[in-house]
Amino acid sequence: MNWLISLGASTLSRLSAIGNASLMLWGALFAVPRLKNISLIIQQVYVVGVQSLLIIIVSGLFIGMVIALQGYTILVNYGAEGSLGPMVALSLLRELGPVVTALLFAGRAGSALTAEIGLMKATEQLSSLEMMAVDPLRRIIAPRFWAGVISMPLLALIFSAIGILGGHLVGVDWLGVDSGSYWSIMQSTVEWDKDVINGVIKSIVFALVVVWIALYKGYDAIPTSEGISKATTETVVFSSLAILGIDFVLTALMFGIN
Amino acid sequence: MTSKKTELMVGIFVALAIAAILLLALQVANQGMSGNGESYNVSAKFDNIGGLKARSSVKVGGVIIGRVSRIYLDDRELIPVVEMEISSNYIKTFPETSSVSILTAGLLGEQYIGLTPGFVFPGEDPIYIGDQEGETKYIVDTKSALVLEDLIGQFLFGKDSG
Repeated sequence: MNWLISLGASTLSRLSAIGNASLMLWGALFAVPRLKNISLIIQQVYVVGVQSLLIIIVSGLFIGMVIALQGYTILVNYGAEGSLGPMVALSLLRELGPVVTALLFAGRAGSALTAEIGLMKATEQLSSLEMMAVDPLRRIIAPRFWAGVISMPLLALIFSAIGILGGHLVGVDWLGVDSGSYWSIMQSTVEWDKDVINGVIKSIVFALVVVWIALYKGYDAIPTSEGISKATTETVVFSSLAILGIDFVLTALMFGIN
Repeated sequence: MTSKKTELMVGIFVALAIAAILLLALQVANQGMSGNGESYNVSAKFDNIGGLKARSSVKVGGVIIGRVSRIYLDDRELIPVVEMEISSNYIKTFPETSSVSILTAGLLGEQYIGLTPGFVFPGEDPIYIGDQEGETKYIVDTKSALVLEDLIGQFLFGKDSG
């Protein structure tokens, strides 16, 4: 009997968590910022996007360089090192750009969002806003939500571009692949709508998921120090798992069936 | 409120992203002959198309003049038909006696269609590819892709018969 009760209780709490999260998402989605609030979003793009720039650029550069190095040692066995360009470009644009950016974004910006909002809740700033008849969803959640959704695709594009340049650095400047074939075979293989746009769609979906999880976990955190630390950890874990799972589904839909 | 410095940094961030988009658009995914321009359709029947795919290029002496738009099986003759889009810059350029063959770029490269311009009989009105009607709308003179197994078979058994 007891396990039935606990099963029911856990189901109900899960359902209500999903419901609360959806209500919050609803509030954030339809609190579309008006022109006078645009400075709130710019502020958050700075926090979420610009401050993530360094980690994105450095990891993009090194991931591009590593793919070029690994790809070269395999491709050179078949005399196909000319195909290094498309290999670097396709793996970055289709997979690594959106996915690694989203993982780094969850670690760098998602955890910060959760901690910030969790602390706002713990110090009762959110309740004070409500006391002053300011909707915290509109004032606090929505700008962060939209800033994340705007920033992440841009970060993913920067990641891919830097990675391709890093691949050029290692492949062409160091290992001696012909620069002409690096770019020209890349150009004939990479398709704008199929590869680049699908990568951007992926990163927009990841942005929605990561920012949603991060904001909800902060908004729903138990307002104690342990509660906030648990919420921050859960943000990173849940968003990473969600990114990898959704990535498989999106890849199967976009590239699985021709 | 947002300070000037914040706005400047966000501006730099967006400018970087635009630079990345431009790099990806112009340098990485350059479509070359993108098929955005005007084009006309030409079809050809092959016995075997090997690894030819839609969007493979059509070249004359190495110059890209078009792309493969569609590949399908002729339902009566059961042989592959390749439909090509050729840029309108080259309309009324290649006579109907032109031949197409499926070639490979390099040893392991992609397959593409090589078009060899034909000749015009003196004193006749020339008919160009793309102008033909009905049964003759296909390019007649085609050479299929080289299949390694066939080649080995010819090499092994060709000596006895020849």
